Amino acid sequence: MRAMKFRAWLALIAGILPATLAAIVLFLAFYSWPAMHFNGLGFVVRDTWNLGNLYANPIMRHGTQVQPGATYGILFLIVGTLLSTLIALAIALPMGIGAAIFLAEAVPERLRLWISFFVELLMAIPSVVFGLWGYVVVIPFLGHHFYPLIAQSLGKAIPFFAAPTGSGYGLLTAGIVLSLMIVPIIAATLRDALVSQPASLREAALGLGATRFEALWKVMLPGTRKTLIGATFLALGRALGETMAVLMVSGNALNYLPHRIYDPVSTMAAFIVSQLDSALQDPTGLAVRSLAEIAFVLAIISIVVNALARLLLLVWNNSQRSVVV
Amino acid sequence: MIPLAPARRPAHQIRLSRRLASLTGWTLTGACLFALAALMVWILEVVFVRGVTALRLSVLTTITQGTGGGLLNAIEGTLVLSAGALLLAVPFGVAAGIYTAEYRFTRWATTIRFLADVLVGVPSIVVGYFGYVGMVEWLGWSFSVAAGSIALAIISLPYICRTTELALRQVSNDLRDAAYSLGANDRRVILGVCLPAALPAILTGVLLALAVSVGETAPLLYTAGWSNYLWDGHLTHSPIGYLTYAIWNFINEPFAEANALAYAAALLVTGFVLIINIAARFMLDRRARR
Repeated sequence: MRAMKFRAWLALIAGILPATLAAIVLFLAFYSWPAMHFNGLGFVVRDTWNLGNLYANPIMRHGTQVQPGATYGILFLIVGTLLSTLIALAIALPMGIGAAIFLAEAVPERLRLWISFFVELLMAIPSVVFGLWGYVVVIPFLGHHFYPLIAQSLGKAIPFFAAPTGSGYGLLTAGIVLSLMIVPIIAATLRDALVSQPASLREAALGLGATRFEALWKVMLPGTRKTLIGATFLALGRALGETMAVLMVSGNALNYLPHRIYDPVSTMAAFIVSQLDSALQDPTGLAVRSLAEIAFVLAIISIVVNALARLLLLVWNNSQRSVVV
Repeated sequence: MIPLAPARRPAHQIRLSRRLASLTGWTLTGACLFALAALMVWILEVVFVRGVTALRLSVLTTITQGTGGGLLNAIEGTLVLSAGALLLAVPFGVAAGIYTAEYRFTRWATTIRFLADVLVGVPSIVVGYFGYVGMVEWLGWSFSVAAGSIALAIISLPYICRTTELALRQVSNDLRDAAYSLGANDRRVILGVCLPAALPAILTGVLLALAVSVGETAPLLYTAGWSNYLWDGHLTHSPIGYLTYAIWNFINEPFAEANALAYAAALLVTGFVLIINIAARFMLDRRARR
């Protein structure tokens, strides 16, 4: 009897986790409801974010009080978020896979622990410190030395990479900084999976005459494909919602779709931070509610991506174990 | 046991193209690892060299004045906010972790575990904006310690839950069997036997959660606000400073003394986070070796 009561209490307290998640989603939906009603589905396909004439008297449109000329669209944010995440993944995936392979297969076991700990410490570095590093040293370095080089080589063939390369703030910089923040997720998960592959696999491959690298590349690595996909989704979720570092290096473009990879962009997460102050100037409050709509969309996207990642890792690995990142 | 080395062909019998491909593979993967380590060193170098140059005793002992002065208010605020977050998150997180570990095969435990993992992935700015519209605006707390601490608690809650669960799973089932066979009930077994055995690992998890909340910025920007003064002790209606805001805000100022404050704050935050992570690693390592 007593034991049942203890268990029931624990179950009840544990319910705070689902309750928190539900509270976040439902409250953001509830709060942004007037904005959703006013913006409609066009919210995600319009590329203009305009608070309207803030000095005029509010007017009624579609049953909502708005400032004249106000339109809220976030297409440029969706494009910025997707492109920067895509660039980050394009860099982080090969780099993470390479680092994991070398750590698992080439580094002696005693050193492996310490080197992987050092590299995975990247996960612990706060986002705003990545932003500081990006802002202070990476932007000048890339803007002055690296981007002109890409523009002169790759830019000759592909217009998306052509000059002008701008000041260093922008899409590519955001992608590069983001990639460094998600590489350890991929590297750590894949290294774990590679180390825990049965040694007999490698021995069988070597016995058939494969070189060590061939055994790894053609036998060991394919076995970790599912873990890799799960880890990639985790990294994707992290990159989509990353705020401070992107805010500090992306150039925070407004109502602008990037034409070149060096152009300034903004992401949904960074935009919420950079626009709240001006949204508060809107006397109807619709701008603040539209920002809440962005937060709601971002919450839904990240919940779907993370749920997918965890499901993949859970079902495929058939284990309860998961990396807390 | 030494595994038998498989018979391998001497290198000259393997076709040159295959040997070259392997060599290229090792070189490229090695380069990836080297690049990653080098970038880590670069970040640490920037933070530590510039931070140490900027750090003075007065930074630690005086409060911020305009774009200069010190960081005492921010240091105090970071400690207050993180302590508040832990105070809220630890009881709930540990209890949830106990449930998901000890009743791990129930459907509710599976659900909690899954949702904790999903909550970890919710962007911190979403939690921050939820805190702004929910607590600062709707409940009318304005920028405050309460709103900031609750936002941070939401971030650390799933970490603490998951690390507690993993810690309890390390406890041998023999211990549980022995306790049950002596006639103990669930409560005695969990609180009297399993929890003490897992305590060091749980504390390590709490420390790591502390490191996360010290390094967070986005959840605090629009819940805690910023203040140049020391905390006045009010839970609501009074903004408070914190170190990560100083990094973000003062690096954008055109004044050298403001930038110096940003570097000093970055050094303090990064140093603290690294020390906790390294300490946690040593603790886990020692336990694993025992």
